[in-house]
Amino acid sequence: MKLNSKIPSGPLSEKWTKYKSEQKLVNPANKRKLDIIVVGTGLAGASAAASFGEMGFNVKVFCIQDSPRRAHSIAAQGGINAAKNYANDGDSVQRLFVDTIKGGDYRAREANVYRLAEVSNNIIDQCVAQGVPFAREYSGLLANRSFGGAQVSRTFYAKGQTGQQLLLGAYGALSKEIERGTVKMYARREMMDVVIVDGRARGIIVRNLVTGELERYSAHAVVIATGGYGRVFFLSTNAMSSNGSAAWQCYKKGAFMANPCFTQIHPTCIPVHGDYQSKLTLMSESLRNDGRIWVPKDAEKARLIREGKIKATDIPEDERDYYLERRYPAFGNLVPRDVASRAAKERCDAGYGVNNTGRAVYLDFKEAIQRLGKQAVEEKYGNLFEMYERIVDENPYVTPMMIYPAVHYTMGGLWVDYELQTTVKGLFAAGEANFSDHGANRLGASALMQGLSDGYFVLPYTMQNYLADQINVSHVSTELPEFEEAEKAVKQKITKILSINGDETVDMIHRRLGRIMWEKVGMSRTEQGLKEAIEEIRQLREEFWQRVKVPNTEGMNNELEKALRVADFLEMGELIARDALMRNESCGGHFRAEYQTPDGEAQRDDEHYAFVAAYEYQGADNEPLLHKEELKFENVELKQRNYK
Amino acid sequence: MNIKLKIWRQRNATSKGKFVEYQLNDVPAEASFLEMLDILNEQLVLKGDDPVTFDHDCREGICGACGLYINGHPHGKFKNTTTCQLHMRKFKDGDTITVEPWRSEAFPIIKDLMVDRSALDKLIQAGGYISVHTGGVPDANAIPVNKHKADLAMDAAACIGCGACVAACKNGSAMLFVGAKVSQFALLPQGEIESEDRVQKMVARMDALGFGSCSNTYACQAECPKGISVSNIARMNRHFFAAKIKK
Repeated sequence: MKLNSKIPSGPLSEKWTKYKSEQKLVNPANKRKLDIIVVGTGLAGASAAASFGEMGFNVKVFCIQDSPRRAHSIAAQGGINAAKNYANDGDSVQRLFVDTIKGGDYRAREANVYRLAEVSNNIIDQCVAQGVPFAREYSGLLANRSFGGAQVSRTFYAKGQTGQQLLLGAYGALSKEIERGTVKMYARREMMDVVIVDGRARGIIVRNLVTGELERYSAHAVVIATGGYGRVFFLSTNAMSSNGSAAWQCYKKGAFMANPCFTQIHPTCIPVHGDYQSKLTLMSESLRNDGRIWVPKDAEKARLIREGKIKATDIPEDERDYYLERRYPAFGNLVPRDVASRAAKERCDAGYGVNNTGRAVYLDFKEAIQRLGKQAVEEKYGNLFEMYERIVDENPYVTPMMIYPAVHYTMGGLWVDYELQTTVKGLFAAGEANFSDHGANRLGASALMQGLSDGYFVLPYTMQNYLADQINVSHVSTELPEFEEAEKAVKQKITKILSINGDETVDMIHRRLGRIMWEKVGMSRTEQGLKEAIEEIRQLREEFWQRVKVPNTEGMNNELEKALRVADFLEMGELIARDALMRNESCGGHFRAEYQTPDGEAQRDDEHYAFVAAYEYQGADNEPLLHKEELKFENVELKQRNYK
Repeated sequence: MNIKLKIWRQRNATSKGKFVEYQLNDVPAEASFLEMLDILNEQLVLKGDDPVTFDHDCREGICGACGLYINGHPHGKFKNTTTCQLHMRKFKDGDTITVEPWRSEAFPIIKDLMVDRSALDKLIQAGGYISVHTGGVPDANAIPVNKHKADLAMDAAACIGCGACVAACKNGSAMLFVGAKVSQFALLPQGEIESEDRVQKMVARMDALGFGSCSNTYACQAECPKGISVSNIARMNRHFFAAKIKK
């Protein structure tokens, strides 16, 4: 099967306009006859479902939490990018496009990224109209700040809670449509499988998390907006219920999985403190606007700090190594995330790390407090400082914050074409669940942009184009044998898990998987380490199916929910490692120690690896089949990324 | 540290619940309250017992999923702190900690410490939004917004929808939750246009869903983990009466 990305012809800046003017439409009377399923209610899912409802389609939307408002988009802190150029600092759609392509280390599709930059401005307009309380200047106009990987101020924000406010905006729009009756909401449901009838996605099997019953739902098209698979690493900044299972079932039913090894490690998270720890907490990238990152210049002093004999504040100014400012004078503390994360690891590996674990660096606001005053710093970052103090029990206005990289986002995901359709007809993927816009590294404040772009401004068009051919297909019955079979398979899987009654909890096995992933498939990867990881994950997977202990409780059963997700993580981890092993280059968040420049930067190999790796499932015991979508760069020049 | 837990256990909405005591030893002081419950649950699973069910998700104080009555206070007694952001260092060795679900008629129990808060979603559905469609909106800077008002709108919008205000209220009132949403939009020119309709619809829905009345005890403000102010209730009342008089 040859991958067809369906990119419209013509100049880059006219492709989307051309698509929209030529796409097929569905008239209002026919829209009422068509059903769409949306799985997930984060920025992408909620905005898509609300928009479909407004257009007049029948929408069924599903979320895992008790309310659509709790999807993990809510935790995004820093902001959302747009090319408004309100700051008059030279921004434009073209610049946002170039920054995103470059930030992604030239592994994203030009046409998709350009469209993203193009609709970014509509998103801000839309959100303001919805009453999202963005930060404003005294003039009453919108305020901006800067983020990593950019030299302009193009990030819009609502205190340190931008994701929350944007999600509540989309949740409001969704609630409006639920009230109107165009959208039916199903909360506390988890997707267990996608149902394919005659080669097209026609429904899903979900588990009702309260009753434990399996339920069937049908539609003319299915949208997967279920986020990323970062929790394969166990510890991450993702929410506890975030998982990759919905996308993984689609993969097993024929949708290709693209660039799974492109995982993002965020540089500014609160360091790990103990074995019982369940998740990591992010400190917004916006802190790097004013915070300066450093470690002691003298390894001996770092040792004394680790042993608790001296404190950060005992290190005089001239003995501090502001290593990002030293290595990257042009971007300083605002280098992209992958660069900042690796630089922190490099210092800690070299013995300059702080905290009792040696796995932390300082993020210091002393200079900002002197320059702006404590009150101004408090106004900008107050809630983040409070959160830090609550977790670490130290006051960041007095002692510098300690930070360390943690798994945060997955650029990889279901392969989609320009229409956000997977390789299975009628099965779409939006937001973090797809692979399309961020290449090998996502820039800060771009996830919110992409989620809302997909949901408000891309899917409403491309979905219509798909459904225009489906107006003669009547309501799909859930009594079809395909539904029967899919449900039966899920039931068998659940029965099998419940019957094991072993001696390890789900979390114990998940933690072990996380350790393999973090050590061997994390920030720095090697051929040997990856080969070992694949073996170890396979063994652990076998152990899981012999040793996991899940209580056989009827109805609500949290341990069973976790077990089903971890069973998938144990398969996903292997694919991530395989993809990382295949990609003999370093790019963005994928760093292979064998491929680096003399000064330790990622060394791409454009001649051999300028492609999207899309995997086709070949059964549980076989290696997946690799398909390559060549990436053509006609509008940007391929260069070694340089933030110096 | 070693602690004793008294936890409300209830199989499902219809069965009778009771407190069950658990002794938990060697709890790390750096663990969060929910991580402490994870440790308990791991022990229960290994013993073959049913683990304690509770709602939680982001574990960084923003999703609003977690909510437990801890020693008689929603989210515990510490100010501006959600349960997931409460750490065991705030307790002492040998403490007995009582953990209960939200107690409110509007929030029926699902299992153990997990309750059904869908009534809050229904309140928002009644009108807690600006009725714009996707697309066709003016440029974001076309309508300037007074910064002080925008800041007040943001403070009101910080509500995480956890339901602590309802659980804290002796009348089970949702006035702080609704007041915050009504205020957010009433303060912005974009939302002001339909503010009269909005406040009336949301108040009517609040009554229909069985939430109690407000008797100004301010327990909601005292227990809100996001510090939402009762001045939002006053603002809502003002809009509500203004709309009534006009009618």
